[in-house]
Amino acid sequence: MATVTTTVSTRMLTEQAHQTRQRVFGVVFIVIALASYWLFARNVDGGLVSTFGLNQGNVPAAERLPDWEIPSYGTVTALVVVSAAVGAYQLARGFGRATSVMLGLVALFFVFSFLTWATRDQAINLAGMLKTMVSRAVPLTLGALSGILCERAGVVNIAIEGLMLSAAMMAALVGSVTHNLWIGLLAAMLTSALLALFHGVLSIKYKVDQIISGTVINIFAAGITSFISSKFLQVFQELNNAGTFQAYPIPVLSKIPFIGGIFFDSNIFTYGAYVLLIVVHVGLFYTRWGLRARAVGEHPRAADTLGINVFRTRYVNVVLGGLVAGFGGGYFTLGSVGRFDELMTAGRGFISLAAMIFGKWTPFGAAGSALIFGFAESLQGKLAILKVPIPSQFLLMAPYIATMIALAGVVGRAIPPAADGQPYEKQ
Amino acid sequence: MPPILELHGITKHFPGVLANDHIDLTLNQGEILALLGENGAGKSTLMNVLYGLYQPDQGEIVVRGKRITVHSPNDAIAAGVGMVHQHFMLVPVLTVTENVMLGVESLTAGVFLDRKAAAARIREISKQYGLQVDPEAYIKDLPVGLQQRVEIIKLLYRHADILILDEPTAVLTPQEADELFKVMRSLVAQGKSIIFITHKLREVLAVADRIDVLRLGKVVGEAGPKTATESLLASMMVGRQVELRVHKTVAKPGEAVLRVNDLRVLDDRENLMVDGVSFEVRAGEILGVAGVQGNGQTELVEALTGLRPTLAGRMFIDGHEVTRASPRRVVELGVAHIPEDRQSDGLVLSYPVADNLVLNTYYLPPFARGVVMQQPEIERAAAERVEQFDVRTPGIQTTAGSLSGGNQQKVIVARELSRPIKLLIAAQPTRGLDVGSIEYIHSRIIEKRAAGCAVLAVSTELDEILALSDRIAVMYRGRIVATVEARRATKEYLGLLMAGVSPDQIAPPEEGEEVQAVF
Ligand SMILES: Nc1ncnc2c1ncn2[C@@H]1O[C@H](COP(=O)(O)OP(=O)(O)O)[C@@H](O)[C@H]1O
Ligand SMILES: [Mg+2]
Repeated sequence: MATVTTTVSTRMLTEQAHQTRQRVFGVVFIVIALASYWLFARNVDGGLVSTFGLNQGNVPAAERLPDWEIPSYGTVTALVVVSAAVGAYQLARGFGRATSVMLGLVALFFVFSFLTWATRDQAINLAGMLKTMVSRAVPLTLGALSGILCERAGVVNIAIEGLMLSAAMMAALVGSVTHNLWIGLLAAMLTSALLALFHGVLSIKYKVDQIISGTVINIFAAGITSFISSKFLQVFQELNNAGTFQAYPIPVLSKIPFIGGIFFDSNIFTYGAYVLLIVVHVGLFYTRWGLRARAVGEHPRAADTLGINVFRTRYVNVVLGGLVAGFGGGYFTLGSVGRFDELMTAGRGFISLAAMIFGKWTPFGAAGSALIFGFAESLQGKLAILKVPIPSQFLLMAPYIATMIALAGVVGRAIPPAADGQPYEKQ
Repeated sequence: MPPILELHGITKHFPGVLANDHIDLTLNQGEILALLGENGAGKSTLMNVLYGLYQPDQGEIVVRGKRITVHSPNDAIAAGVGMVHQHFMLVPVLTVTENVMLGVESLTAGVFLDRKAAAARIREISKQYGLQVDPEAYIKDLPVGLQQRVEIIKLLYRHADILILDEPTAVLTPQEADELFKVMRSLVAQGKSIIFITHKLREVLAVADRIDVLRLGKVVGEAGPKTATESLLASMMVGRQVELRVHKTVAKPGEAVLRVNDLRVLDDRENLMVDGVSFEVRAGEILGVAGVQGNGQTELVEALTGLRPTLAGRMFIDGHEVTRASPRRVVELGVAHIPEDRQSDGLVLSYPVADNLVLNTYYLPPFARGVVMQQPEIERAAAERVEQFDVRTPGIQTTAGSLSGGNQQKVIVARELSRPIKLLIAAQPTRGLDVGSIEYIHSRIIEKRAAGCAVLAVSTELDEILALSDRIAVMYRGRIVATVEARRATKEYLGLLMAGVSPDQIAPPEEGEEVQAVF
């Protein structure tokens, strides 16, 4: 066991590293500001205006917010000046603990400058765009919560992609056959839970390498859903038109201007994600179940010596994770298009694992990263309309590049639970 | 009043080992029973049976006159038995409170953790037994001594009144051990009963009310601290008369073989573990490096042997700079290395003994001609070394992993010492070994010193340091805080230095004071 230590000179050494890091961030902020000016303000005519719509959906005329019109050049320049000032202060004095907040701020300004530039002399619906961001973030958040449930108890689950895909298909199929969306959703969750249990048995009982077990499930899910889809769902349309859950505006909250339309006028998947987010957070950090699960994920032998059943704890968490992933899988069919298409999850399960890691295995961190990824997806859609001369694929890459940079430099090392992925051997 | 705990005929087999052989044992209310035995005697196994981690093949457990069955730690806890394991069972990223309440959580509203109530009880227990610790601290931020307190609090929190402490002093300085003994005294004064496991004779005599000696899975004797002597206990423990002192001649140091100048080394998590260390080791002398585990000794040895990059400073072996040298270059300069962790760094456990004996010379003649290994030559050399170093193995093709710890260590010693060397770096050379193997390895090390080899011996066991060294360097938090002549050093003096007390504040011991080294 490592016992040592912070000597005076270690502190000096870390202090030094800290200062260097502060400087580097100062420079980064200023470079971002300059790039922002060079890219988004330099060639913009002073008289152009960017117009952002602030209403989402059918808002009665009386409650509509007027469009938000801002001078393109002036806005970008102002944001550049503020960013540069932040950078200068960072370089001279340093924001200390607030550095990452400042990084977020500067990044946000950069993105907004970009939007302002792209919208010069045009209009986009900002509220609509943010709403798309939220709904894209929903399956990612659910997938990440599923991952957190498993990994906090020490089981790596890269099968989330496969779980969501199978769940999406079962939701469409059962929903169509029974003409009942709720039964479809239930079937989705059970399918996913069953697959998760299979992963659990392989990795907890038979101590199979968890990456391999997860990969097997992913390949299996891709194969079987594609097969069923092409043989049945695409041939007999009545097996593949389950319909979707309708949006249900939450009474008071949905009336909040701007915010209401974005967050509180969706279907049960979005609300379910909100609820699960809070439940998982509170459950992990404030209940007996959570304490035990985390202990099992960090030091299973210690938990065992205190009479905690390591195997049962892991099974419970893996199956709970399966249910959550199944709920997230249902989103793809019952929450958006109402039908199943081959491989429609398109890697979202893996991206949700990235969100989990970026969020340092915490529910809110994961949801935050899911929102960033969701924003990138919605931005891509909008830019196609605005005819921005950047290939949309590059924009899609941006958040992941940002993630890698952030993971490497800012967030510090993301440390997984200590026993993550290690099978437990009873003596 | 019946004894609080009785074990009758406990027997436990492991594949190929009879770890416990019909063991009977009695613990009375309010006493400290010391369970003394060499490494591998079966002490931990017996306690794990009592605690429900192992199921015995035979035997029964009687608590307060009632026979109980213990299928899991839950049963043991219910019967009032608690255990501090040899390797701590604490979750580093959780707080003291969370670790203590884990498994017996107090709740509010039937769902939520009641950390406040738990912390309050911890403070109460701290006060009652003199076990001060901050309930809100994270385990990973606490030094080992405090972690041990947390382990004891864990037992008391569960209302255990039979406390098992498995080698609790292994990670402590002598002064910290004395602190622990005080706590143990206060615990029995308040009605608890303690089984105290150790292989250190001094401790047994210092704290036990009664002593049971275990050897090869059997209870071989009982003694009281008044009547027993160290040599009597040692011979009971080992089964024959043992030399308590290592005989060596006066050192005749020659030229400096190893010179280290202001060395700084980081560990994997980029903590500065070696913080400006300078020293030299001369031919024909043994420099002992003492210190509590985790004070930079591991990183120092890894840097010296080329296994870990250095941050700053320079190192020279026999005049050649080796600051950035590869391990092979270091080996070829005539350095032998007995690594701290013999299983992961010293041997390839899945290889036969013969191959393990040539791990650092396999590419040289006569073991290789060009790229072709010379199997007959390797086997001939292996047979010779197994014979010469008394390695007890069924054959030279037996895998190293199936040998006992002592014989594994002998394989390493055989490999490292049977070629011409100028410097021997021995890290924890006898950790976890039986007395016979310890004696043997010590005599080999001293033989090398007599042959003019420079020796750097790193150990966390003060007895070992005192037995081997000519000079002793004490490491604390990455620095060498003092270097003393071994004949002037006492355990108490070194213990204070190891605990971080500045040398200016301690009066060095008188010259010529008797130093006893006991295993
Ligand atoms: N889990 C195990 N599997 C196989 N053998 C074991 C196991 N635990 C201990 N042993 C063996 O049982 C014997 C007693 O070990 P142990 O009880 O740990 O000794 P002690 O605690 O007295 O040092 C040793 O020979 C050891 O190798
Ligand atoms: Mg032991």
